Amino acid sequence: MHQPETQPRFSTWYPYRVYPYQRQSFTGDEPARVVIVGAGPIGMATALDLARFGVPSLIIESERQVSHGSRAICLTRRSMEILQMIGCHQPFMDKGLGWNLGRSFYRGKEVFQMQLPDSDENRFPPILNIQQQYIEQYLIEAIEANPLTRIQWGSSVTGIRQDQEVATLSIDTAEGDYDLAADWVIAADGGRSTIRKLMKLRMEGKAYSGNFVIADIQADIDLPTERRCYFDPEWNPGNNVLVHREPDGIWRLDFRLPDGETPEQALEKQVLTQRINSILQMIGQRVKWSLDWATVYSASTKTLPDFVHDRVLFVGDAAHLLPIFGVRGANTGFQDSNNLAWKLAAVIHGGSDKKLLYSYSSERVQAAREICDEGGKSTRFMTPPTAGYRRLRDAVLSLSLSQDFVKNLMHWRTSRPHTYANSSLNATDDGGEAFTAGPAIGEVAHSHRLADNDFLLDYLQGALTLLVFATEANGPVFEMQSSFPLRRIVVNRNGSPVPGADLVIRDRNDELSQAYGAEVGTVYLIRPDQHVCGRWKHVAAESLQAAINRAVCAEEF
Amino acid sequence: MSQLGLSQQDIESIYDALAEAIDEVGEKKEPLLLAKLVLLLANRLGDQRAVMEALAIAGKDL
Repeated sequence: MHQPETQPRFSTWYPYRVYPYQRQSFTGDEPARVVIVGAGPIGMATALDLARFGVPSLIIESERQVSHGSRAICLTRRSMEILQMIGCHQPFMDKGLGWNLGRSFYRGKEVFQMQLPDSDENRFPPILNIQQQYIEQYLIEAIEANPLTRIQWGSSVTGIRQDQEVATLSIDTAEGDYDLAADWVIAADGGRSTIRKLMKLRMEGKAYSGNFVIADIQADIDLPTERRCYFDPEWNPGNNVLVHREPDGIWRLDFRLPDGETPEQALEKQVLTQRINSILQMIGQRVKWSLDWATVYSASTKTLPDFVHDRVLFVGDAAHLLPIFGVRGANTGFQDSNNLAWKLAAVIHGGSDKKLLYSYSSERVQAAREICDEGGKSTRFMTPPTAGYRRLRDAVLSLSLSQDFVKNLMHWRTSRPHTYANSSLNATDDGGEAFTAGPAIGEVAHSHRLADNDFLLDYLQGALTLLVFATEANGPVFEMQSSFPLRRIVVNRNGSPVPGADLVIRDRNDELSQAYGAEVGTVYLIRPDQHVCGRWKHVAAESLQAAINRAVCAEEF
Repeated sequence: MSQLGLSQQDIESIYDALAEAIDEVGEKKEPLLLAKLVLLLANRLGDQRAVMEALAIAGKDL
């Protein structure tokens, strides 16, 4: 009998709500029975993303309340763009704190500034700080408002089996256990994924030994919203401290433990209090504070080598464990969900071959592996795994006081959208080499400001898009057929209507055309996840039709 | 790597200066000094292959 905690979790600032357990079932009218395991940020984002393509789903969650502690606090611009796609970015913007400056200090001197690229072409800031409790709360609110999405709280998965026809989950609840049949299971059950363990799937990669404490305190600290890192402070020799601001007067302190110290020792009240006081003294803020939540983590660079196992699809931390450095966790997971949702919807609705799901695995496994490589470098700097790495880290820190050339060795690389440059969905006769500007094949379409509070990405939503520059109504784009919803957006100078266009964007000063390196007749083919999968200065009808069929793995293709 | 890049007199001066710098910082800080020196010289040299070759040679016959 599964008995989740029914008392609200402790917090100095967040009012936890306990959701009721209520057994849910499928009606039989759904296009497919989709079960998502885990009501974390990625499971819920996947449910909302499926819903925008008309696919209902049921989320099974073992707990009855949101995340214990603020956990994933930094959302990248790409994550916000994905939240916009699934229709719930506004409360995040209202609550979150945007920033673009990371500052690193060593021996009292600022040795490096990381300035994240920002411009008014973007709707969202480079990074938005917000507690995971709010991330989950806003997603729950969107799910409750959406007739296609439901959460069954307090239900733990204890078994899974599948054959050609169906996947069956064993579910344990306070009222006993039962079997739940599903056509598709999405495993979004986090870093300690039960589904992954039940299926005996092994991740490849590396776990790093250094332990870090994360402590959230409520305190009246007078510092701007920026990421601060202190290397090798006097109170914690050889280790480092990160300081982040969160909404509601909460501050995230993150520091590496001395080697050999256990998590239990580090979380012991007196030890933790003394260290928090040392940090506040170090940042010149000797203020009163209260502890909200603290935990210990270590870094890993691990991924499943395949995210698709017949009817079971892995997303987020269930699929990969990525380092906190560079904010790789939830931000990578949102990109997984956004990649998977339209593909699964296309397969469920028919018209697309199941191969489309294999492209989810290959694109996202490749992304995870690249992040493991890059995040591994950051991790080896922040928590050197051997004497050699420690020596080189110390040498770089020492040189950073006087030499600019070592500053990029500090590896402040930040999560960003992956480019699917060699995806099997990309056009085979892409005319990309003719372009001198604009997003290349595989890249996310570049954000572009059209007017006040009006951006190009606002319109690349919920469909496969043909972005067509200044064309007549008789061009090949208007003859195209697609099994997946296809949207034709025409860009011209005066905004005059074009028969057959779903939308006309007025490009008064040719700024969008220039940003996209476009001429009259230029076409971009953009996937429902906003990645470009083909672009041509001029395209023949049969090439474009082939590219559309390829992008969605059309069955007749 | 067989070509000598410095005059006899110059390499002798470096030999002495390096020995004295190691003595001056002491055994504990010697590895850090040498690691910094390698990164600085590698950056000055601007030739990744040459540094990798030198590293391989330095690791021989220890």
